Amino acid sequence: MQKQAIFQSKLLPYVLVAPQLAIVLLFFYWPALQAVIQSFLLQDAFGLSTSFVWFENYLDLFREPAYFEAILRTFFFSFAIAVSSLSFALLLAVMADKPLRGSMLYRTLLIWPYAVAPPVVGVLWIFMLHPSLGVIARYLRALGIDWNPLLDGDQAATLIVLAAAWKQISYNFLFFLAGLQSIPRSVLEAAAIDGARPMRRFWTVTFPLLSPTIFFLLVVNIVYAFFDTFGIIDTMTRGGPGKSTETLVYKVYSDGLLGGNLGSSAAQSVILMVMVIVLTGIQFRFVERKVTY
Amino acid sequence: MVEEEGFRRYVAHIILWIGIAIVAFPVYIAFVASTQDNALIANGQMSLLPGGHFFETYYQTIFVGTSGSTREPVGNMMLNSLVMALLIAVGKIAISIISAYAIVYFRFPFRMPIFWIIFITLMLPVEVRIYPTYKIVADLHMLDSYAGLALPLIASATATLLFRQFFMTVPDELLEASRIDGAGPLRFFWDTLLPLSRTNMAALFVILFILGWNQYLWPLLITTRDDMQTIQVGIRKMITTTDALTEWPIVMATAMLAMLPPVFVVVAMQKLFVRGLVETEK
Repeated sequence: MQKQAIFQSKLLPYVLVAPQLAIVLLFFYWPALQAVIQSFLLQDAFGLSTSFVWFENYLDLFREPAYFEAILRTFFFSFAIAVSSLSFALLLAVMADKPLRGSMLYRTLLIWPYAVAPPVVGVLWIFMLHPSLGVIARYLRALGIDWNPLLDGDQAATLIVLAAAWKQISYNFLFFLAGLQSIPRSVLEAAAIDGARPMRRFWTVTFPLLSPTIFFLLVVNIVYAFFDTFGIIDTMTRGGPGKSTETLVYKVYSDGLLGGNLGSSAAQSVILMVMVIVLTGIQFRFVERKVTY
Repeated sequence: MVEEEGFRRYVAHIILWIGIAIVAFPVYIAFVASTQDNALIANGQMSLLPGGHFFETYYQTIFVGTSGSTREPVGNMMLNSLVMALLIAVGKIAISIISAYAIVYFRFPFRMPIFWIIFITLMLPVEVRIYPTYKIVADLHMLDSYAGLALPLIASATATLLFRQFFMTVPDELLEASRIDGAGPLRFFWDTLLPLSRTNMAALFVILFILGWNQYLWPLLITTRDDMQTIQVGIRKMITTTDALTEWPIVMATAMLAMLPPVFVVVAMQKLFVRGLVETEK
């Protein structure tokens, strides 16, 4: 795509792109390059000398069981967050799509959590489910559940998934609602005339027509679970207890900051970069298709 | 229209209200906690109804902070967050709209390579390059500064792509017409293109403001001075001390204050918000 009507100027376009180009090169390409270089270097314990070690940092990572566990854990979190948040949001969107009185009000009351920052989400949820003072924890204990996410890794993971899924409901709801509203009414009416009951109409007509939206949201939710859960994890569990809530991004952060192992942290960053590029690539291919039909 | 029987409609209303309750419950609890006495909360005997400490808690939170040694008034944190969010939103829109203008309305050597250099930045969030970026910001002596908070987060292509897409849909006749009127490229940009882009800019601003206000990892790394903390970082520091010492009413009041501006923006500017969200995700 190119414009036919354009301006002629030798210098001006460069002046116009210069600010963005400068910022992108300085704060994006240079650090990304540094991360790649760093990932091939090994620093001694005192930071006095560095040596080039080829893929040593990467190989070390893959030899480390903790790294594999972090990968598995991240994918598990992504899957659990995406599935729980998407299904709940879809249910709400299907309800809100009906011709109800006050549907605008419903939408407003359901979309605002999008604006709540991840660390605040973490604070809200740890407070409700805090073993000694949480309002909900009180009832869990009354039910005979030995609830202590500060000591029990599985419970901590559950807590992270719940909180992260809660925040993502609004986003998914909004896109599902938009997807539902773009389904032609005539198709649904045709199915109704053929005698399909509402449940059947949903599974045989609405759901398949919604599949592009579902796929798009799945990718967005996975990316969200990879990166935006950092704030939630950091305020709720700091990766603990043990390492039971340490995701890949959290590990990059804590290995670099606490451990001071910059080479390994950089190698992890590079692996993450590759993962994000793959995910984004999938998303773009999908968007291309959506645009063309 | 497909007929909905009355019964199903009731079910829909009920499910939606349950959904709303689930979504609102954590925030309700936070509000209730922010109005109660800390001793009661620490004992695990918090009431589910608002208490009587609203004014004193919020006054202390905004103007004084916690009673710990590293106290910092939350009002000041909010100011830092506000400055950062505005710098990110305005800065990104400003540099993106002019570079998109250059890429769409001019032919010049390296036009496409430059476009791609900008485009690729879409793919990598700041989280995957935090330490190298930290080092650069440190080398430039921008730690603990607003520039250091905002600049690395401005380096992304979403806005550029959005404006490019929009400029492509602007009819060529407008440019011909303003050229006949004797307008040069800057005049055309200022008098014709900018006014046309107003809605797009507003929608983008809403989204970028929310994202900027909610930044966490980056401010956490590069602010060391307490008076440069953003509210998101400040709230985490409030619960670092052992549980018994955490002043929960103040923490929860801070949480409420941290949510207030972005939630207000979403509710008050819902149309622009939805538009911005849908467009930036494309």
